[in-house]
Amino acid sequence: MTRLDSKIPEGPLAQKWSNYKSKQNLVNPANKRKIDIIVVGTGLAGGAAAASLGELGFNVKNFCIQDSPRRAHSIAAQGGINATKNYPNDGDTVYRLFYDTIKGGDYRAREANVYRLAEVSSNIIDQCVAQGVPFAREYSGLLDNRSFGGALVSRTFYARGQTGQQLLLGAYGALSKEIKKGTVKMYTRSEMLDLVIIDGKARGIITRNVVTGELERHFAHAVVIATGGYGNVFFLSTLAMNSNGTAAWTAYKKGAFFANPSMVQIHPTCIPVHGDYQSKLTLMSESLRNDGRIWVPKNKEDAEKIRKGELKPNDIAEENRDYYLERRYPAFGNLVPRDVASRAAKERCDAGYGVGSGLAVYLDFKESIGRLGKDVIEARYGNLFQMYEKIVDDNPYETPMMIYPAIHYNMGGIWVDYELQTTIPNLFAAGEANFSDHGANRLGASALMQGLSDGYFVLPYTLQNCLSEEIRVPRMSNDLPEFVEAENNVRERLEGLLSIKGTKTVDHFHKRLGKIMWEHVGMGRNEEGLKKAIEQIKELRQEFHKDVRIPGDMTGVNTELEKAVRVSDFLELGELMARDALNRNESCGGHFREEYRTEEGEAMRNDDEYKYVAAWEFSGDDKEPVMHKEPLVFENIEVKQRDYK
Amino acid sequence: MDFTLKIWKQANSKAKGKFETFKVKDISADCSFLEMLDILNEDLIDKVQLPINFDHDCREGICGMCSLYINGRPHGPDQGITVCQMHMRNFKNGSKIVIEPWRSKAFPVIKDLMVDRSAFDEIIQAGGYVSVTTGGVPDANSIPIRKELADLSMDAAACIGCGACVATCKNASAMLFVSAKVSQFALLPQGKVEAKRRVQAMVAKMDELGFGNCTNTYACEAECPKNISVSNIARMNREFLGAKLGAQKA
Ligand SMILES: Cc1cc2nc3c(=O)[nH]c(=O)nc-3n(C[C@H](O)[C@H](O)[C@H](O)COP(=O)(O)OP(=O)(O)OC[C@H]3O[C@@H](n4cnc5c(N)ncnc54)[C@H](O)[C@@H]3O)c2cc1C
Ligand code: FES
Repeated sequence: MTRLDSKIPEGPLAQKWSNYKSKQNLVNPANKRKIDIIVVGTGLAGGAAAASLGELGFNVKNFCIQDSPRRAHSIAAQGGINATKNYPNDGDTVYRLFYDTIKGGDYRAREANVYRLAEVSSNIIDQCVAQGVPFAREYSGLLDNRSFGGALVSRTFYARGQTGQQLLLGAYGALSKEIKKGTVKMYTRSEMLDLVIIDGKARGIITRNVVTGELERHFAHAVVIATGGYGNVFFLSTLAMNSNGTAAWTAYKKGAFFANPSMVQIHPTCIPVHGDYQSKLTLMSESLRNDGRIWVPKNKEDAEKIRKGELKPNDIAEENRDYYLERRYPAFGNLVPRDVASRAAKERCDAGYGVGSGLAVYLDFKESIGRLGKDVIEARYGNLFQMYEKIVDDNPYETPMMIYPAIHYNMGGIWVDYELQTTIPNLFAAGEANFSDHGANRLGASALMQGLSDGYFVLPYTLQNCLSEEIRVPRMSNDLPEFVEAENNVRERLEGLLSIKGTKTVDHFHKRLGKIMWEHVGMGRNEEGLKKAIEQIKELRQEFHKDVRIPGDMTGVNTELEKAVRVSDFLELGELMARDALNRNESCGGHFREEYRTEEGEAMRNDDEYKYVAAWEFSGDDKEPVMHKEPLVFENIEVKQRDYK
Repeated sequence: MDFTLKIWKQANSKAKGKFETFKVKDISADCSFLEMLDILNEDLIDKVQLPINFDHDCREGICGMCSLYINGRPHGPDQGITVCQMHMRNFKNGSKIVIEPWRSKAFPVIKDLMVDRSAFDEIIQAGGYVSVTTGGVPDANSIPIRKELADLSMDAAACIGCGACVATCKNASAMLFVSAKVSQFALLPQGKVEAKRRVQAMVAKMDELGFGNCTNTYACEAECPKNISVSNIARMNREFLGAKLGAQKA
């Protein structure tokens, strides 16, 4: 049994990172170019890491699924990125961001990692501005900030509603510079399908070139997985269509522990589902909650009439509206954290107050348009309003938006220590793919911060500590038996899928899996449902492997084959998520077990028994995975019941 | 709603492509264009036929992956959006819809409706960035930037690199794409430092890759899903001339 060593450095919290940096081993410049690093993923985490490692002089190979590194899913992030600059002079400090993140995560994240994240957050903004990221500015010429959920200060930097795009293009610029210099070699339209381990260390990957269909072997002294989140296990989510869990799942099956897989974030403000042909859900940024007020009718009869189309939202008088977040949480109001806002919406809809199809609530800008003027609202959210109008065919300047929670982010992911190293030596995980910083719930605008922190400011240090041991290890041939075997396994797996020649499409299975997950492993979970889900997923998996139909063959472009690999992994990962949720007999953050709630319906944690990270070890196909605990020690923060009232 | 689709099918970059006709039935007006293609593909697979390949990812108009030429227009009939944001309510029930890939020498077809746009990446690699490295940069607020300039820079930076401008241009010019990047940086003090070098390197690369010249038809602006303005082209031309003059003097 591997012991989980989180490798938290010595010393007081605020000194840990500088202590680490002053004592870590480095690689001398002449040796750096003899060392190969594979970075899988070109999102904020992978793109920033590949660029920064290339700048240091390492020999980097960078991979992505899309046709260009600029199109990684990070591009879609809208609202903003947090940092403790305290430019508005409203009382922000590194400790406060640390505190908000730990509390927002419902005390299920590791103190030392989160503190480091808060500490480097300011550097990220400096870096991005230097790269030419056009953040929003005030008339003074200085940077503007907005507020996000779970914080009492304004610390979110933004570039209209396209913050992720601008930050990613910044990283893509840095990456392009290194590609031109030759320190980074870019492999686009390449999908990692296996991890190669030699003498216990990660030494390479097997990829499929999705244009030619060929399998390729790539060696490196260390491998970084920055492949993003696996929210698409639910089929419908706000993630891009190509987001998947395959790289992380492959790592898990090769020995990397998977931490808190059930910790999923459900975002409160998404455009509601409108039909069973629907392929994805669209997020309406959390920033809208700065100026939008959330409500449902106070009277069930009104809600019913709205659902039947007999009443319009603007027909409901002010006194007949229930601004339920402001009512229940006067201190934070519409800016409570996401898990709280999502559950409150579900509660109202389940109780019969929902609008639209019944699974929707209003997000209303009337008051702020009256107070600030339409121009101000347009300048702040114009592109989001336009997006809403195009999808729903309704004008949000005049009628309130309809929103409902949707799957959005994975706090869970590959277990990593303080250095972002997994339980497989020389394998690192960064960005949304790891579990490290957000505990049971992530605060808005903190994923971008974490991705860039991992990529620009953490991995370039911690990887060196590992690679300093590797300077005498020459590049290995990719004809070694471990490479050949891994490639053969991938080939067999693909041929196996193609040879099923069943009767149902990949999407058919994916949608069914999504329904099971949403019903039992979604916003509300309970023991009975989770047990049912585990059985249903097992059955569905068997059916998939007997009856899936994938047209075409291995050669050339075959999108159905790509999807089939991902869905077959989701069919395993989904089960692990259910197991993890079943194990955790408490409610915390995004994990809400209906059996464990307070009288007012709030989440009830059980710190005595569950103040730990659950890290799951693969023990063979169709064998029960083994759970390891990393106890969470809080030395710098008082563990309290979360209260946003 | 029912539609007749005339879709470009091409097995790979070397094969000769041709149009094939498909029918879809009972499509909801609220269905997105790509969801309509999903429905068609599910149907094709049910009939043991090969699905249509097309690029897509975010399906919310920001990644720039989707790239369909619909009834003679990139991203279809609606202005200011990508095809993934378009809904079937934009089409007349019973109508015929012609779907093609981007057509440009610089963007070879990979399969069906997928094209290779790596030429855009090469142009950026030639100099479409500020050459700072990680760390050692000044405080973000050390240089104030006039809000108007920051906003203009953001307008240009909104480009999603989809290639609609090239696809619609009769000369297959990449001027709108290149000028958006050049402008984003030229408008900011951080980008000004290398502005001359940047514009020269990017323009040279664009020419080398076989993109055509700009003859000011402004079709690119009209079809750009992000409404990138042709004023960026004018700015780039000024930057380019300035850089050339500067080079002659030096
Ligand atoms: C709609 C939306 C809005 C958001 N808004 C915000 C926001 O305002 N603020 C905030 O902080 N966060 C936001 N988030 C969350 C945030 O965008 C993501 O968590 C973050 O961008 C993830 O970055 P990443 O680098 O970890 O992964 P990604 O950006 O997902 O990148 C993954 C990369 O891995 C590659 N990849 C995946 N699998 C493989 C494989 N097998 N082989 C090869 N390559 C592979 C992909 O091609 C891609 O390059 C938002 C998320 C969504 C969905
Ligand atoms: S799929 Fe991303 S822009 Fe259309």
